[in-house]
Amino acid sequence: MTTSLFQLLLLHSASLANKVFIQRDYSEGTVCKFQTKFPSELDSRIEKTLFEDTVKTLNNYYAEAEKIGGHSYLEGCLACITAYLIFLCMETRYEKVLKKISRYIQEQNEKIYAPRGLLITDPIERGMRVVSFHTMSPMTISNTSDSYGRIKRWTFL
Amino acid sequence: MKNCEYQQIDPQALATPTPTPTPTPAPTPSARACPEKKPRRPQRKWEVFPGKNRFYCDGRIIVARQSGVLPLTLGLILVTSGLFFIFDCPFLVKHLTGFIPVIGGVLFVFVVISLLQTSFTDPGILPRATPEEAADIEKQIDNPTGSSSSYRPPPRTKEVVINQQVVKLKYCFTCKIFRPPRTSHCSLCDNCVERFDHHCPWVGNCVGKRNYRFFYTFIVSLSFLTAFIFGCVTTHLALRSQGGNGLVFALQESPASALELVVCFFSVWSILGLSGFHTYLLAANLTTNEDIKGSWSGKSGNEETGNPYSYNSIFKNCCSVLCGPMPPSLIDRRGFVPSEDGAEIGPAEIELPAAKNDVNMCTQGTKGLLETATRSPFLSSPCPQAKSQAIPPPALDALPSITPSPSPSPSPGPGPGPGPALEQTKVSRERPAATTPHRHHSHHRSRSKRTAQQGHNPGHASNPPASPGPRRSHSSRSRKDSKTRDPKFTPLH
Repeated sequence: MTTSLFQLLLLHSASLANKVFIQRDYSEGTVCKFQTKFPSELDSRIEKTLFEDTVKTLNNYYAEAEKIGGHSYLEGCLACITAYLIFLCMETRYEKVLKKISRYIQEQNEKIYAPRGLLITDPIERGMRVVSFHTMSPMTISNTSDSYGRIKRWTFL
Repeated sequence: MKNCEYQQIDPQALATPTPTPTPTPAPTPSARACPEKKPRRPQRKWEVFPGKNRFYCDGRIIVARQSGVLPLTLGLILVTSGLFFIFDCPFLVKHLTGFIPVIGGVLFVFVVISLLQTSFTDPGILPRATPEEAADIEKQIDNPTGSSSSYRPPPRTKEVVINQQVVKLKYCFTCKIFRPPRTSHCSLCDNCVERFDHHCPWVGNCVGKRNYRFFYTFIVSLSFLTAFIFGCVTTHLALRSQGGNGLVFALQESPASALELVVCFFSVWSILGLSGFHTYLLAANLTTNEDIKGSWSGKSGNEETGNPYSYNSIFKNCCSVLCGPMPPSLIDRRGFVPSEDGAEIGPAEIELPAAKNDVNMCTQGTKGLLETATRSPFLSSPCPQAKSQAIPPPALDALPSITPSPSPSPSPGPGPGPGPALEQTKVSRERPAATTPHRHHSHHRSRSKRTAQQGHNPGHASNPPASPGPRRSHSSRSRKDSKTRDPKFTPLH
């Protein structure tokens, strides 16, 4: 139908025009760390300190997941002894931290970003390459409820 | 399924949109789900994976497209070990000790399990960039002035400083990303793999960040197993030939031992050599790829180079790779591809294979949020005109400039024009061609890039790499192995 085709393409065009990507910071090697440089596209949307707090917290979470210390040695040695079969049964520390990260992102979206018309996607869905911010048009937000719980009515324009 | 997927939209057809899209493929605008489409079962992401991999057990197991000589490897191990347990162990248990089959059994189990894990685990494949990400990266890259779209732009590189060392990150034209450090694109599997070591035909998979520890366990335990079997068979034959009977008599009594002896004799040198080489790589925190290319060996008199990833401690280097945290698989094989209404725009074409994944990952990531947001307002809206007026001008202004078809029809508004054309022209910005055949053009381009690189391979394979001795002491088998590995390490990657 023309109506739905138009709407589909609207979403597509809007989604292309309103995404901001925060790239990885490789200055410390291959550890997962995102750049904390504040992008100019978000200047009018969110305060710099909030943005930096979020990215720094995410970086800390990833550093915790990839930390090589006593716990990871224990996990590694145990895995080696069992011919790595425990990976089939046990949730690794990394996976546990990833769950914490997605809860944190959801919480940040609810409390801070959604009211400002932004949405963060979890980097794991982008192959840990970028943190992407979706921007929503103020007009659309004003037409809907303030509560994040009624987010079903929001569109990405 | 295929008939309802997004196909290339003909701008002419958009000028007069059809009320009900037909299920025939391009050039009809069939981006929207066909009204007569029957509900399809949801697809898993592995079913639409763009790389050259094969999946089994509903996405739980991943292997390379070509299994290489994995069946041969497995067959050799099973046959040799089987013959050992059947023919040699009874004699040795009687004459020596019962621990022999126990030790052999433990080693055998380790070898088989680690081999299967190496072969069936995702080596650390990086998912391809979504169209939005690719566009964002394109914007950031400085386009040299005067570079017309008639030739391919020069290879793009980006420099980063890692631990006071300058490292060049190359742009991958297939995956449309700047490769992270230590990542390389495997042409056999057509994926970028993190911490790419090599593509091993013996295990039929790439060896990368996630399965290097399995691979190392495999070769170390295999070298122990072959050495153990070799030693046991030699002892067996020696014991049998005692008492003046002679070796020939012993071989006649136990012919299987002769076969085991031959296999183990040729294996033990190559496998031991390979284990030694990889132990060296581990201790130095290097990959085979980096060692062969001489990335950190101070080539051409550059005394500044040193491995920036090394912890400068053998113990810490080994532990970080073998006992470090197990990173997750980034390709989410068993995740579901979201349904097509409103969200799926990516075509099933080759040069934008991630498009579908991207929008799917987008909607799946913030699950209820995005899916319902895309569905409910669009489907329930009675008035497309009102919606079109609700578009903020900047969103539309950005688009018409790249629209090939400038004549929108009144009823759908200017939306359909820029939208699908955007899809085409984004690609055509990189790979200029007529709008209709651009899909094939870019496909051929990426294919020819691969064949061109593989055409470089003999040159690389014929130049022996300047690397330390342990590899040269390999037997012909692993020399062949490294030669088959060499073609993957072209400088362009």
